Amino acid sequence: MGKSNLSLRNKDILQLQGMSESQLQLILDTAREMKTIIDRDIKKVPTLRGKSIINLFFEPSTRTRTSFELAGKYLGADVVNITTSASSVVKGESMRDTLLTIEAMGVDAVVIRHEAEGSAQFASQILKPVVINAGDGAHEHPTQGLLDMFTVLQYKQRLEGLKVVIVGDVLHSRVARSDIWGMKTLGADVHVAGPAPLLAREMETMGVTVHTSVEEAIEGADVINVLRIQKERQGKGLFPSGREYARLFGINAKRLQLAKPDALVLHPGPMNRGLEISPEVAYGAQSAIQEQVKNGLAIRMAILYLVLMGGEEVEVTA
Amino acid sequence: MKLLLKNGRVIDPASGFDAVADVLVDDGRIAAVGKNLQAADAEMVDCAGKVVAPGLIDMHVHLRDPGLEAKEDIVSGTQAAAAGGFTTVACMANTRPVVDSSILVEGLRERARRDGVVHVGVIGALSKGLEGKELAEIGDMKLAGAVAISDDGHHVTRASLFKAGLEYAAMFDCLVITHAEDESLVDGGYMHEGAVSAMLGIPGRPSVAEDIAISRDIMLAEYTGTPIHIAHVSTKGSVDIIRAAKLRGVKVTAEATPHHLTLTDAEVSSFNTATKVNPPLRSADHVAALRQGLKDGTIDVIASDHAPHAYEEKDVEFRYAPSGFTGLETSLGVILTELYHTGEFTLPEIIDRMSARPAGILKVAGGTLKEGAAADITVIDPDKVWTVDCDKLYTRGKASPFAGRRLKGQAVMTVVDGKIVMQEGQVRA
Repeated sequence: MGKSNLSLRNKDILQLQGMSESQLQLILDTAREMKTIIDRDIKKVPTLRGKSIINLFFEPSTRTRTSFELAGKYLGADVVNITTSASSVVKGESMRDTLLTIEAMGVDAVVIRHEAEGSAQFASQILKPVVINAGDGAHEHPTQGLLDMFTVLQYKQRLEGLKVVIVGDVLHSRVARSDIWGMKTLGADVHVAGPAPLLAREMETMGVTVHTSVEEAIEGADVINVLRIQKERQGKGLFPSGREYARLFGINAKRLQLAKPDALVLHPGPMNRGLEISPEVAYGAQSAIQEQVKNGLAIRMAILYLVLMGGEEVEVTA
Repeated sequence: MKLLLKNGRVIDPASGFDAVADVLVDDGRIAAVGKNLQAADAEMVDCAGKVVAPGLIDMHVHLRDPGLEAKEDIVSGTQAAAAGGFTTVACMANTRPVVDSSILVEGLRERARRDGVVHVGVIGALSKGLEGKELAEIGDMKLAGAVAISDDGHHVTRASLFKAGLEYAAMFDCLVITHAEDESLVDGGYMHEGAVSAMLGIPGRPSVAEDIAISRDIMLAEYTGTPIHIAHVSTKGSVDIIRAAKLRGVKVTAEATPHHLTLTDAEVSSFNTATKVNPPLRSADHVAALRQGLKDGTIDVIASDHAPHAYEEKDVEFRYAPSGFTGLETSLGVILTELYHTGEFTLPEIIDRMSARPAGILKVAGGTLKEGAAADITVIDPDKVWTVDCDKLYTRGKASPFAGRRLKGQAVMTVVDGKIVMQEGQVRA
């Protein structure tokens, strides 16, 4: 692993916007080593022994929470999950007080998932322990962005010059925003596509190309990241029906043919099969969706390691 | 009791006066304005290098009294006004209970008379409980001394009710002030819809929501031939719509806030709840259009929309924070720093929009230094450099997007009815 002077030790991981290429590379390189641990028979290493991590989830989540929990446990840390069905405000305790209570227990890192944009940043202003954003509203989901990048690198060995297309409810997607910032920093040509009410034209200021024709967008694509369509958006009048969405914007085998023959298909999950993605694509040869889950674990292990132990030489291949 | 303000630059836009002179106050009235005035028995204040202006008037504040005293009350709110150089403020009706009946108007006026440091004009609700369903007793409130009528905080969604409110209020020569944002377009939004909201993922409040609401309200005022005042204009489209309406002869007046005139939505990137406000901080093109509108007279008035909230209400995630922040104590400093010291506006233009014009629109006393007028006076040091320290503000609402900012220009004395209520930042009880 070697010593590095761009240490992430004690650094909050709040967003990929503004993260440097070398910081991103450090995390991705570290994750590559971490991934070897996951396949071992005995997965536990003592790297983070004596460190405690709180998963503070204000929003329901299965995969991200489990992924962070296992990442901490595989590295030997103590991990506690706190899940609140409602926000702290609704419960009556302020987020500041919830966080200060946690801090008083001596934790080293707080992983936070919250439905409101900017919550992780707000938490980082309050807490001395490291804060890792596990998704704040529609703002960012940095570990998902990193695992998407990691997955592309695994199959394509590079992001530089690749055409990456993010399809679906881009407007409300924290995954899309983290993907855009991270992938652009590593040189990808990023496009977004979906029905106009689920896009923002102004996203062009982030350096992406905005399309309302999914066919036009995925023409010649190297990577297609299919976003989950939240059914409640239909109730808000942003698109007419799941049927029409699937017909006009769903990624199926026929549409996939417009992309490069070896184009990679990603999905952050959970999938609505038959809506934004057809089963034959989801389980097809070009799909890396299962691999994304494994890679997510590696990325979270890497981040926990780097922010908690970053500057120290620790033998991870113990 | 006499007061003699010596050798200040006396600027009275209402009479066109602008010269170094003395102002003599006697028995709560302006007794004389001229050179070398003498009065042996007067308290003398040296105003050399300062500007002596008619007392500033903020026609859009929230004093939160009654019922929301954790945010502000008559005492703290009028102290903040005095500290900011305001001699009159007009307070909005969204209190608890809502000011929607004559007894509340009278009670609030009495409380202000007893406990207030500056003059308080009470604005009554247009609809009962601000619910937008039935007209409040507008006539009764006007007869009890309300200075205007407004459902501020909400747009009156039902056009028929708003039309009736305009017609009804006009019978009593009572101004209607509208908070114009189309609710269906802004519902669930927390900031300006644009490049920054797209980047942050925060749901937007599009500028067109204001353009639509202002268009409708102006059309109704034009159709009924009644006057209307537009609160906190924030968009380029609104400025164009108001400008065109004025050219057609519609009796429309409008205000803009110091924050909409000087800050952009980029401020929100930090998720600082002190930048959350309705209408939201907009992009630079809107800010430029507002300044142009203020310059050419499309926008008549600068008003702060002083909207204090308690510490604990603003110390939450951005989405859950209430909209609005303190304004009375930063308003003049921000305007002088950003509009006067940049060379865009002259001092007479600024004083006109912060004193003479709001007095004329609200038809309240003050707004001039003519002999015989009420001695409401603000002495301004236009070159005083100071830093906004929110903990030291008189208001209870400490959140401000200008926190920590170095400003140039500040009120150094506030005189209400001939009595000094603030000197060098210290409010006298």
